[in-house]
Amino acid sequence: MYGRALKPLALATAAGAALAFGLIFFYAPLDADQGFIQKIFYLHVPMAIVALLGFLAGGVMAAMHLRTRRRIWDMRSYVAIHLSIILAVGVLVTGSIWAKASWGHWWVWDEPMLVSFLIVFLLYAVYQPLRFSIDDPERQARYASVFAISGAAFTVLNFVAVRMAATYTHPRVFSQTGGNMPAEMFLTFLVSLAAMALIFTTLWTLELGSKNASERLRRARRRLQREADGGALGLDGEGSRARPVGGAPAPATASVSAASVPAPR
Amino acid sequence: MPAELERTARPGPVVIRAAVAILRKDLRVELRAREAVPAMALFAVTAFVLFHFAFDRDALDGDVAAGTLWVTLLLTTVLGVNRLFVAEREQGGLEAMLLAPIDRTAIFLAKAAALFLYLVAVEVVALPAFAVLLLGPDLFGSLPALCALLLLADLGLAAVGALVGALAAETRAREVIGPLLLLPLVVPLAIAGAQATEPLFTGSGAPEDLGRWLGLMGLYATIFVLLSVALFDFLLED
Repeated sequence: MYGRALKPLALATAAGAALAFGLIFFYAPLDADQGFIQKIFYLHVPMAIVALLGFLAGGVMAAMHLRTRRRIWDMRSYVAIHLSIILAVGVLVTGSIWAKASWGHWWVWDEPMLVSFLIVFLLYAVYQPLRFSIDDPERQARYASVFAISGAAFTVLNFVAVRMAATYTHPRVFSQTGGNMPAEMFLTFLVSLAAMALIFTTLWTLELGSKNASERLRRARRRLQREADGGALGLDGEGSRARPVGGAPAPATASVSAASVPAPR
Repeated sequence: MPAELERTARPGPVVIRAAVAILRKDLRVELRAREAVPAMALFAVTAFVLFHFAFDRDALDGDVAAGTLWVTLLLTTVLGVNRLFVAEREQGGLEAMLLAPIDRTAIFLAKAAALFLYLVAVEVVALPAFAVLLLGPDLFGSLPALCALLLLADLGLAAVGALVGALAAETRAREVIGPLLLLPLVVPLAIAGAQATEPLFTGSGAPEDLGRWLGLMGLYATIFVLLSVALFDFLLED
């Protein structure tokens, strides 16, 4: 199911990324004040938007999990949030580089987008510790979903709060790069955004597919084990009835161990 | 099932009655064992002493004073949130509540109300202590605005604290996960509180932006109360 979608997605992603790369370096004009470093904008901003949407999508998928009680929605939500955390690290690093190059500081507090991202990142950094310090897989999925929904709501609220604080202390024009961007730049930005979204979707599909495959492998292995145990048991039962210890408790332990194999991480 | 029938017939009052019963139990336990509020108050006062030495200043004003007060109160909340569900779980109280034929929302309402009352009690101690120990300008002029800010912030803190407390109580590393979850979540309250309190503590008074910060706090409290009411059922489901 996942494998089939993966191939066209990967091809589209490769094409999109190549196109974005080409546009960024050969088509988009050099920025008048910032020069070459402004090109990090085509990486930084799409990553930020996609990570943000990933967090929100993780929340929506978590709500679907709580509503339908199907584990697959929790897996989807988990993978989306997990990838968004990785992208968020990228956003913070590229943002920091951009800030150093154009303002001379590694970190600027009057950039509300970057500050909000740091706070959201700090919150979501607790997602995995929370998730993996709950042993029961069913409860783990439920608690992670509650976290994901709260986190998505908080992300929006936090952006409002940080923007309010920033406009209060530093009145600034938002559209420094957005409003009066030349058409070539804007087109390049849109293509980069689409390429980043495709990369995210491909990785998401890939990771879900791999999780799905390893889950199925585990199940198949368990069934094989059970069949092997059952076969050995059947032979034992017919062959040597008066067999001493060792043979008798085998079925019980086999079925117990098959039932209590820890669920996928 | 008469209780079941009664619950479906009159959902509102039963929830409130159950919540009040749990809240009264919590307050009675707190009055007898004194586990949360004295510890929180002591923590806040000790933090003010630490801030005095850390800044090496005898009196604070303006943004430093506002920041000190709000950071102390938000960190104090962490202590209360840690105690909120842990004792319940250690002593098996939660299981009894889950066995009772009441809506889970009642448990959330009771816990949030308890945390709210703890926070108000702590602030009754911490605010005078702050005024005596650290605050340069007079407190009385800014008291009404400050009280409004604190009460609204407590409402948001109570909602988010009850949610985080329940989330963290089930984890293995709960005393780490709880604070780590809570601190980023209260950043909007820190922003609104510190920004709104800063003009109150500069001596000039006249907080012209008070309304918008109160609005932000109100929005925060509303969102987290609604979220918690919607999501709390899923946390106590076994």
